[in-house]
Amino acid sequence: MLQLKKLALTAIAGLFVANSVAAAELTVYTAVEAEDLKRYAEEFNKAHPDIKINWVRDSTGIITAKLLAEKNNPQADVIWGLAATSLLLMKSEGMLEPYAPKGVENLDKKFIDKSTPPTWTGMDAWVASVCFNTVEAEKLGLKAPKTWKDLTKPEYKGHVIMPNPNSSGTGFLDVSSWLQMFGEEGGWQYMDALHENIARYTHSGSKPCKLAAAGEIPIGVSFAFRGAKSKADGAPLEIIVPEEGVGWDMEATAIVAGTDNLDAAKTLVDWSITKEANEMYNTGYAVVAYPGVAKPVKFFPDNLLEKMIDNDFEFAANNRKAILEEWQKRYDSKSEAKS
Amino acid sequence: MPTEATRELDADEAQPQGEAYLRIDSLWKAFGEFIALRDISLSISEGEFVCFLGPSGCGKTTLLRAIAGLDIQSRGSIEQAGKDISNLPPAERDFGIVFQSYALFPNLTIEKNISFGLENAGLSKAAISARVTELLELVGLPDQGKKYPAQLSGGQQQRIALARAIAMSPGLLLLDEPLSALDAKVRVHLRHEVKELQRKLGITTIMVTHDQEEALSMADRIVVMNHGVIEQIGTPTDIYREPATLFVADFIGEMNKLMAIAGGPGMVTIGQKDFNSGGGDFPPGSEVIAAVRPEDIIPHGPGARSDGAPDDITEPGNAFETTIKEMEFLGSFWRARLVSAALGDAELIADFSINAVRRMQLSVNMDIVIEIPSNRLKVFTRPAGE
Amino acid sequence: MSVTTPDSLPNERPVKLKLGRDDLMMRGFILVIALYLIITLAFPLYAMLSKAFSTFQFDLSQIEFQVSDESGKFDGTILSAAALNEQLNAIPEDEMATSSDGRLSLTPLFPDFSFRSPVLYKIRGTTEDVVYLIGSDRVSGTDWREVDSNTFRRIVLRPVQSFGLSNFTTYFSTPSLFRSIENSLFISIVSTIVTVSLAFAFAYALSRSCMRLKGVFRLIAMAPILVPSLLPGIALVYLFGIQGMLKEGMMGESIYGPYGIVLGSIFFTFPHAFIIITTALAISDARLYEAAVSLRASPWKTFWTVTIPGARYGLISAAFVVFNLVITDFGLPKVIGGQYNMLAVDIYKQVIGQQNFEMGAVVSVVLLMPAFIAFAVDRQVQKKQVALLSARSVVFEPNPDRKFDRICFTYCSLVAIFIVGILGVCQFAALIKFWPYDLSLSLKNYNFDVMDGGGWEAYGNSIKLGLLTAFFGTIVVFIGAYMVDKTRSFRAGRGLFQFLAMLPMAIPGMVLGLAYIFFFNDPNNPLNAIYGTMAILVIVTITHFYTVSHLTAVTALKQMDGEFESVASSLKQPFYKLFTRVTVPVCMPAILDIAIYLFVNAMTTVSAVVFLYSTDTALASIAVLNMDDAGDVAPAAAMGMMIFYTNAAARIIHLAVSKGILKRTQAWRLR
Repeated sequence: MLQLKKLALTAIAGLFVANSVAAAELTVYTAVEAEDLKRYAEEFNKAHPDIKINWVRDSTGIITAKLLAEKNNPQADVIWGLAATSLLLMKSEGMLEPYAPKGVENLDKKFIDKSTPPTWTGMDAWVASVCFNTVEAEKLGLKAPKTWKDLTKPEYKGHVIMPNPNSSGTGFLDVSSWLQMFGEEGGWQYMDALHENIARYTHSGSKPCKLAAAGEIPIGVSFAFRGAKSKADGAPLEIIVPEEGVGWDMEATAIVAGTDNLDAAKTLVDWSITKEANEMYNTGYAVVAYPGVAKPVKFFPDNLLEKMIDNDFEFAANNRKAILEEWQKRYDSKSEAKS
Repeated sequence: MPTEATRELDADEAQPQGEAYLRIDSLWKAFGEFIALRDISLSISEGEFVCFLGPSGCGKTTLLRAIAGLDIQSRGSIEQAGKDISNLPPAERDFGIVFQSYALFPNLTIEKNISFGLENAGLSKAAISARVTELLELVGLPDQGKKYPAQLSGGQQQRIALARAIAMSPGLLLLDEPLSALDAKVRVHLRHEVKELQRKLGITTIMVTHDQEEALSMADRIVVMNHGVIEQIGTPTDIYREPATLFVADFIGEMNKLMAIAGGPGMVTIGQKDFNSGGGDFPPGSEVIAAVRPEDIIPHGPGARSDGAPDDITEPGNAFETTIKEMEFLGSFWRARLVSAALGDAELIADFSINAVRRMQLSVNMDIVIEIPSNRLKVFTRPAGE
Repeated sequence: MSVTTPDSLPNERPVKLKLGRDDLMMRGFILVIALYLIITLAFPLYAMLSKAFSTFQFDLSQIEFQVSDESGKFDGTILSAAALNEQLNAIPEDEMATSSDGRLSLTPLFPDFSFRSPVLYKIRGTTEDVVYLIGSDRVSGTDWREVDSNTFRRIVLRPVQSFGLSNFTTYFSTPSLFRSIENSLFISIVSTIVTVSLAFAFAYALSRSCMRLKGVFRLIAMAPILVPSLLPGIALVYLFGIQGMLKEGMMGESIYGPYGIVLGSIFFTFPHAFIIITTALAISDARLYEAAVSLRASPWKTFWTVTIPGARYGLISAAFVVFNLVITDFGLPKVIGGQYNMLAVDIYKQVIGQQNFEMGAVVSVVLLMPAFIAFAVDRQVQKKQVALLSARSVVFEPNPDRKFDRICFTYCSLVAIFIVGILGVCQFAALIKFWPYDLSLSLKNYNFDVMDGGGWEAYGNSIKLGLLTAFFGTIVVFIGAYMVDKTRSFRAGRGLFQFLAMLPMAIPGMVLGLAYIFFFNDPNNPLNAIYGTMAILVIVTITHFYTVSHLTAVTALKQMDGEFESVASSLKQPFYKLFTRVTVPVCMPAILDIAIYLFVNAMTTVSAVVFLYSTDTALASIAVLNMDDAGDVAPAAAMGMMIFYTNAAARIIHLAVSKGILKRTQAWRLR
């Protein structure tokens, strides 16, 4: 009998503790890789055990679509880990709560929204690269390309795959970087030439690199993080950073306007720019927002940081629609698969 | 113009003696544009066995379903046991019904089928069980209760359906072509059983059938229907002997139909010959049809009478000479095809008893005198187009 | 009583049926289920249609300027942006139409604009609620705001929403979009011709020869039904891709594109065509063959004069079913279509890739057309075939013919090898560590939890979805079919219900899914709460597969004696007693068929749910899509095969349960 009472008491106490621990719950939308999410939440809860994170995760395109669809009825409290170009879109729809997190001044300026107070802060950069399958290339007698322009050489005809910018964020950052580097006219000229060599455009950004890893194609235009992972899996890949410079986007954090849990949201965003958080991002990404934190990531190309272009996110966001329309007009109507 | 005088119905034919149990008044049923029942009025007294008889599509089943409330009539009223049931749903009426398909619940045992309606009628389990046993005995299948319907023969299944229909002692039993799906022998056998059961229970019964034999042998009264109207109501003998309309005459039994011209009162001309007929008041010269049943034609000649008495022609005016063109043996009688110059190109079918044929030594190509008794010669208006 | 009967109904008040308790309850049920279909089908479709006509347009009348001279002085002249454009025609009319994320730069309105110029600009909205962007900052209101030239080029206008046809204009003036119509039709027609021919030969061999292993062939032919339509695409990559096992077979052509789509379509539509044609062949009258033989007609002539005409409705029906399946399928062209655009994929690209919901709705409307036509023709043909079926006579029994049997056996073996081969390749791929560089066997591809797509939880969710769909779907469908079949009179309600029940077959899954976003994700919709939950997935799946289930139920109910209800009401028993005691037990085989049909389809469907799943409700079939999309092709194959095994197991359980139930509760079937 006594035991039973004890048991009941413990149970009640347990309930209490559990209740007090989860003082707030945050619905967090994210496009961070599924395998990293658990770690992120655990790290955050070490510092703030009273805030429970409910993840809603999907690919960049879908999460962006979801957020826009919910514009008038937002379900998310915080966005943690979504492309800055997407966040700019939300910003211009007035969906984000401006907030300067504690310690924002410590971050690299590139990683902070230009408004004051900023509406979003960056976490890490996600950089374009070329995945090159050395085994398949050797079979075909292909040399490794060094520059973007190399990719337009006739010898690579039918041996390059890149993501479709209409469906892939990676594809879009490639296109927008070319337009920024080569100028509007030069950029389109370059893409015209490149198009002649492209075997096909994929829906997702990581697929070209995975296809290169699997030998389905010798050259896949993708992003460095994906290449490094495939290489770690044992794929005969070389990750090439074209000499002209590479486009990039960043994963960023913002508070959704109208959240019921503004304080908890601020706590999370404050933490998301701390040194510890940036160290956490560093396990996957070689470039992070907090200067001096980054340690080299295995299989990451060394010269990546210096090759990142000075990306004009505003240009990318405001011209996105026009660029995609032009791209679609030029390249998407060629229906035949070329090989 | 005396329109269809023959279809005038006697008041006591339409209205049975005593109190009417079921009264149908000016009933109509339309399916969209199509009118299936026209102005049907009918009374049935308690304990009566009435058959609705007619060809398919005549509206007899529609009428039955209207009485049951399964397909409600468009106009008109129905009264049962003094209560207006015109628009009641079936569940609020008082009848049991048996269908041609038996409609036994295939997954329930015979017992469960019969007790289906008894279960929540406030009876104890023992009472239900006793009632089921009683019903099974009543239909002559006392040991079959545990079986499933598919394990019984068609005739047995129909008896179970009957038992189920009367289980709750309804005031009215409706039978929708109950015997049509059975083979000939079983059918004849069941006719008697059903009739017997009905008499024993004294339950007012309406049976729909297209089989005239069935109707003639079972019914107290027959309602002959065609194209949604009642052609005639009467006892089986009335219907057979005194058909009120050409349709009834034609539909029930065999009938010679001969083109004819009405003469003076009671007179009719077939071909070149005048006949006395059994009534019918038609203006002289109007086109009519004269009808006589094959078995009503009397052959005359040596040996015509079995008792050897002189073979007198009762109505000489209705006798004439014919030639036998063909003879066909049909088991219990002979059927002969007769032609006569007097009748023009008309042919007559006559049924002669085996004895008569033997005694008179009738054979093909033989000439004989025949007589058509005037009270058996019926005259009807000729329908347009014939 | 003189019988001069009048010709028309007397002019009285018609007799009105007094509704009994049963009538009221049954009508209530019909209305409830009809309401369910209206909410889950009609309203979402309406929402989608209106979205297709919802347009976004730049409205220049929102903005006014003042421009300074070189020294920065303003003379006070107010310029309206709309007036400027009228003068200069700098921004043509067709560029005014855009989508919700379109942005319009205002510099073209000033031909001598240069960002280095010292000229200053003032800008304001004409009403309080006008919003324009400076860079990405929102500015609103009617206050003048002064900016320098370099800032002025960063000012962009957001579109305003209105209604019109401009989405359709844009669609048909964008070659890459409307080219898809042609592509979709081409692929569908080619796939239809090939599949129907192959399936006909297969069904013919099974029904007209005396070869061995017929049961095995039949089983194999049905296998593709158990996998998502995109699985053959994955197998084809392993077979004919650049690193494919049989890449030489492509003779330099790429499998990514029409070849792959057609091959994969043949695989996944084969069983559907096979079932329909087998039925058609089974009903042909053996006496016609006997007649042909007695007339000494050659087998060739018999084939063309007896077999083909006898099976024509089946062939037409199969053709339209296959056509519809191919043109509305999304998974396969997504996986193996390469650059070859098809309508269903366009919807996905518009919605997921570009967040252009309006254009997605437009493509949906376009996709509805062929699907609707195919559906209508199929319904007509089905009706005729039923007429043929009811007049059936003697069943054909084939006679052994060595040569013919051997040819049939060879042919069926080839088809069986194709089907088994596709599945085998997927299983093989799933077990290889790193194709083609490390061929050692490994289970690492089953470690779904470290990949995109939802991991093992997605697999669990799929089973949950399958069970919930089978359970609730069967209940809703069967009760609906019962009510519509047995309710007395109430023609309007029943007609409406029939129409609603047939409609889902004509609605492609993608279109339905998209329509659900528009309808259920509207914050003003009280049902908004189910958005993103398992409930919406169950609902969309039930609705998507409603028609075939409904027809199965109706067929079973029609086979029951139509007078049971009459008997029950004459016995004063409520309809639900009859329903539970008789109807349900007698129809149990059909009920189980509906349940397994819903389960299998819930496991394999991609198109209906691709817009509706959430992180918590990721599904195995979606995981296959997303893992393939992310380049994790081997794990995608592994998950696809998990679906296959699950469905196969479900089928076996279904068979066992059906047999068990038949034995236990349907003893009455045995004589």
